[in-house]
Amino acid sequence: MRLYVNGIGTLGPGLIGWKETRAVLAGASPYRETARPEPTASILPPNEHRRSSTIVRWAVHVAQEAIEQAQVNPRKVATVFASSCGETGVLDRLCTALATPQRVISPTLFHHSVHNAAAGYWGIATGSQQSSTALACNDSSFCAALLEAAAYAHIEESLVLLVAYDLPPPLPLYIARPLREGFAAAFVLAGTPVDHSLAQLDLNLSDDLSGDVTNMEDAGLEALRSGNPAARSLPLLAAVAGHQATCVCLEYLEDQRLLIQVTPCQS
Amino acid sequence: MKLKKPAKKPLVLSAYTVVTALGKGLEPTYAALRSRRSGLRPCDFEDVGIKTYIGRADGLEDLPVGSGSITKGLEQFDCRNNRLALLGLQQDGFTQAAIEARERYGTHRVAVILGTSTSGILVTEHAYRERDPQTGALPASFISRYRYTHNMFSLAHFVRAYLSLQGPAMVISTACSSSAKAFATASRFIEAGFCDAAIVGGVDSLCLTTLYGFGALELMSSGPCRPCDEDRDGLTLGEAAGFALLEKAERAAHAGAVALLGYGESCDGYHMSHPHPEGAGAIRAMQGALLRSGLNPRDIDYINLHGTATRANDSIEDKAVHSVFGSSIPCSSTKGWTGHTLGAAGITEAVIAAICLTRGFIPGTLNTTRVDSSLRSSVLLKNQEQPVRRVLSNIFGFGGNNCSLILGTV
Repeated sequence: MRLYVNGIGTLGPGLIGWKETRAVLAGASPYRETARPEPTASILPPNEHRRSSTIVRWAVHVAQEAIEQAQVNPRKVATVFASSCGETGVLDRLCTALATPQRVISPTLFHHSVHNAAAGYWGIATGSQQSSTALACNDSSFCAALLEAAAYAHIEESLVLLVAYDLPPPLPLYIARPLREGFAAAFVLAGTPVDHSLAQLDLNLSDDLSGDVTNMEDAGLEALRSGNPAARSLPLLAAVAGHQATCVCLEYLEDQRLLIQVTPCQS
Repeated sequence: MKLKKPAKKPLVLSAYTVVTALGKGLEPTYAALRSRRSGLRPCDFEDVGIKTYIGRADGLEDLPVGSGSITKGLEQFDCRNNRLALLGLQQDGFTQAAIEARERYGTHRVAVILGTSTSGILVTEHAYRERDPQTGALPASFISRYRYTHNMFSLAHFVRAYLSLQGPAMVISTACSSSAKAFATASRFIEAGFCDAAIVGGVDSLCLTTLYGFGALELMSSGPCRPCDEDRDGLTLGEAAGFALLEKAERAAHAGAVALLGYGESCDGYHMSHPHPEGAGAIRAMQGALLRSGLNPRDIDYINLHGTATRANDSIEDKAVHSVFGSSIPCSSTKGWTGHTLGAAGITEAVIAAICLTRGFIPGTLNTTRVDSSLRSSVLLKNQEQPVRRVLSNIFGFGGNNCSLILGTV
């Protein structure tokens, strides 16, 4: 199944925005793990910006960058949001309140606890009424989202915005799911190319587990990739940044692989 | 909604089942619908001190996953949500049908695409009461099983492990529309060739988060919910597990088989918990389902409403339904039987639609005595015996996430 990447957004320590990320992943500048960046997510109206959780702003921030780069109207783009853990900060506050004798929880906190909170905020910010799917597949959440986005782009003949995002949960949940650092990446994907397409992707799902899963050469980037489900997108981002034809192999659960033949487009 | 291609070949639901407060499987569900026996009861869930009703599935407290030979080795998945999933898998020969599909297509060719809104959150709610007073740490027994219980993928992980499947999998979590959207995604996965068949559906189980959360939003009725009633005052929460095996018609169709004819997905792009005032997203979802199925509004025999019995949902859904279908098609909500099963509402009501199609009847809205006079759709209060060939089912959720399904017989 063939897909085109028309825009990318990224946010992570030392990987703020596609321009910086591309330079790092193409080897033009060294990777330096900085402090965790703050998302701006300026597309959110002030009230929504104030109400939203940090992780919602991470997701919206990269979505906004990818959409602007792809030069498309977000109201015409369906979305797939993928997060392994979702709103762990909100869940921590809810479970803390529910463990008190009074069990008083705020209504706002409750409706912010849904896994599709980021998708909902993106819809509110853009006014988009296109389909939106929020999904989870543990460490393979990005892979599952890429399949859903590819199928959607072809079968519904629509542009698709894929957003993968995960933040380390706060303590005490962190011990149960110790994610390393925060990372978010967004891709505007289409079934047909445009002038400014960045890369062509040919996706093949395989049950042949004999080949190696693509890792990151740099130890810091590899730690990020293996420690955050959204950062499982790093090998694909690196392949696009490298601007050379290459094959990326992603692990899809324990029993499958997603092979992506990446071919650069003119731009 | 852009749709350039003509209607697709429908996918057949070659096996399906549901467990709700009405009982285990199709027979008790049908019997309760026919006899107009509600599954709702005064809230007796744990020590919840809220004056409300709930639709609780019986017996989950005594059915740990991993206790019998069938689930040996799956102990780590034990939580209320997966217990309910297991109970669902064991009804109406569903497990056997799934195993046959696995043998027919291969372990890698059967996908597991399920919806849930809160997964196994109840274990985390309990664990937060047992935090170490000095360090604040959660119990070690919780930490080691978090991945298999509360983690959002746990449900699909468990079902995949139980059925020994190795195909594509994911959990869709778009609040109440989760398990309706599983049908759409699975349909695309089969069409894209990622798999040949898919286990779809979903599970949501009672927990403190939703009981106290909907209480805080003041969206919960103190009595059993009364959808579309003049005096409706909120929803009643329920729990459910439901599954369907989706296959291509070429392999599984037979006269009278129930099929997914169309789906429509949309967002409101308006508010996190309040529907779009004109029902714009709901209209878009219904029109999308009609377009995909190649049907006209008059081809629909019955509309199973989302019908949660909140003031806003029922009146805005009515506006949307009326603008697409006018006022001639019988509509009803079945939430008065099952309660709102949240992420499992899509599969629960898809299975109810299948029951209507195969048994030839339409359930009238339960608990409702006087239909809100401002509603313009044709809200049915009494059960009606009639042939039913096509049902549209509406599911709308938080985050303004909507999905409509059309099921019919082939």
